[in-house]
Amino acid sequence: MIDCLIVGAGPAGSVMAKEMASRGFETLVVEKRQEIGAPKRCAEGITLRGLKYIGIDIHPLGISGRIKGAMLYAPSGKKVVMEGDEMEGYVLERKVFEKDLAAKAIKAGARYMVKTQAIGMERENGAWKVRVRGMDGEMEIKTRLVVGADGVESKVGKWAGLKTVNRITDYHSGIQFEMAGVNADEKYIHLFFGRDVAPLGYAWIFPKAFSANVGLGILEKAAKMKAYDYLKKFIEEHEEFFKNAQPIEINGGGVPVAHFTRMVADGVMLVGDAAQLVNPIHGGGIARAMHSSVMAAEVAEKALKKGELSEDILIEYERKWDEEYGEKTRKLMKLRAFLEKLEDKDFETLADILEGEDIYSLTQAKMTFFLKKLITKPSLLSLAKKYLMD
Amino acid sequence: MIAVDRNKCIYCGGCVGICPVNAMTLEETIITINDSCIDCNLCVKFCPVGALEGSK
Repeated sequence: MIDCLIVGAGPAGSVMAKEMASRGFETLVVEKRQEIGAPKRCAEGITLRGLKYIGIDIHPLGISGRIKGAMLYAPSGKKVVMEGDEMEGYVLERKVFEKDLAAKAIKAGARYMVKTQAIGMERENGAWKVRVRGMDGEMEIKTRLVVGADGVESKVGKWAGLKTVNRITDYHSGIQFEMAGVNADEKYIHLFFGRDVAPLGYAWIFPKAFSANVGLGILEKAAKMKAYDYLKKFIEEHEEFFKNAQPIEINGGGVPVAHFTRMVADGVMLVGDAAQLVNPIHGGGIARAMHSSVMAAEVAEKALKKGELSEDILIEYERKWDEEYGEKTRKLMKLRAFLEKLEDKDFETLADILEGEDIYSLTQAKMTFFLKKLITKPSLLSLAKKYLMD
Repeated sequence: MIAVDRNKCIYCGGCVGICPVNAMTLEETIITINDSCIDCNLCVKFCPVGALEGSK
C-alpha cells in the first residue's frame, strides 16, 4: 500500500507529488498521456506575483516570453493598457514547464508512470484500490490517499461521488493556434473583447519566443458559431497581426469559469481544474492549481500522520481554500454575470472611463470604486448595482 | 448516440468535462462514449470545433 496516488501530471499533480514526496510519503503519479505537458490546453500565461506568492521556481527553459503588461481592445479597437509590477509575467512553454515540475517531484522521491490511465477505483478497508491500465496491461494500486489532478475531465471526483461535472453556462469552449509570424508587441499580452469577437469570453495573443499563442474562449449560450469559426474570423479580421502568420499547432479545451464542486471525500482530494479552481474572470488556472496542491499537501500530511483520512479531516483543505479564495471567487463570478449583460457599446464606455489600473483592481474583486466610476453612466450603474451589490 | 468526426476532433477532452453521466472518456487521441449516453447533446454544443454530432 502506498501513501498517495496522484492521477494526472499537470501542474497541480506534479506540485502535489513534489510536496508529498518531499515530506517522505510514498507517492506515485499516473499520467494517461504518453508525454507530460502535451498537448497543452492553455494560453500559458502566469504572473510573477502569483509564482512568488506560492513559492514555485521555474526552470528558464520553461519560460518562452516575458511580459510587462496587457493591452485590452474594445470592439471598436480602442485600447486600454495595463502595466505595473502586478502585471509582469511569463508566457510559459507548457511542454517544458510541466516536465520541469515532474522532474522536481521525481528528484524529491516521487514515482511516475506515463501512458497509464486510471480506469476505476473502489473503497476497501479504509483505503482506495485504483485500477490503472498501461502498456504492460492492467494493475491495481492500493493507496491511502487518492489525489484527483485529472483536470476538467476529472474521473476521480466522479468515482468518489463528487459533483465535478461542469455546466455549459460556466464552461468556456476554447480553441487556440500556436502561430509563427505574428506581428504583435511582444512585451504585452493582447486581449480582445466583443460579442462578435468572442461572445462572453475574449480572444488573446500571448507572444512567445518565436511564435505566439493565439486563441479564444466563448460561452455557448451566446455563440452563433463554433469557437473554431470565431478564431478563424478573428485572424482574418486582424491583418495587422496575422498578415504573414501561419499555425504550427492547434489545441482546444474547456475552461471551468465557476467553482461549484466540493473538493474532498473520504481518502480523496481534488486539486486544480478537477476542482474547478480557475479565476472566473480571466480563466487563468495554473497558479491556482499549484497553490491548491500546496494547500492540499499540508492537510494531507497531517491526515496521513494521524492515519485518519475521512472527509471530516480532509475538509480542512477545502476550508483553507475557501478562506483564501472563496470570497474573491464569488465576487468575480458576480462580476462575470455583470459583464455577460453588457453590449459592445458598454465595453466602449468602459474603455473610455477605466484606466489599466482600474481593470486590475476589478480582477482583484474590488468593486466599490467601480460603482463610483459609473456614477455618470446611469444605465451601466443600475446594471452594476443589480449584479455586483450583495 | 454521439458520432465523433475524427478529422475534426482535436482530442482536447473538453466534452468529457461536461458530460452529465460520465459516458465519455479521452484515451490519448480517441474519445470513447459508452452506453450510458443520454443524448443530451451538451457535448455537441460545447465542442470548440464541431467534431461531435448528435443523433437527434
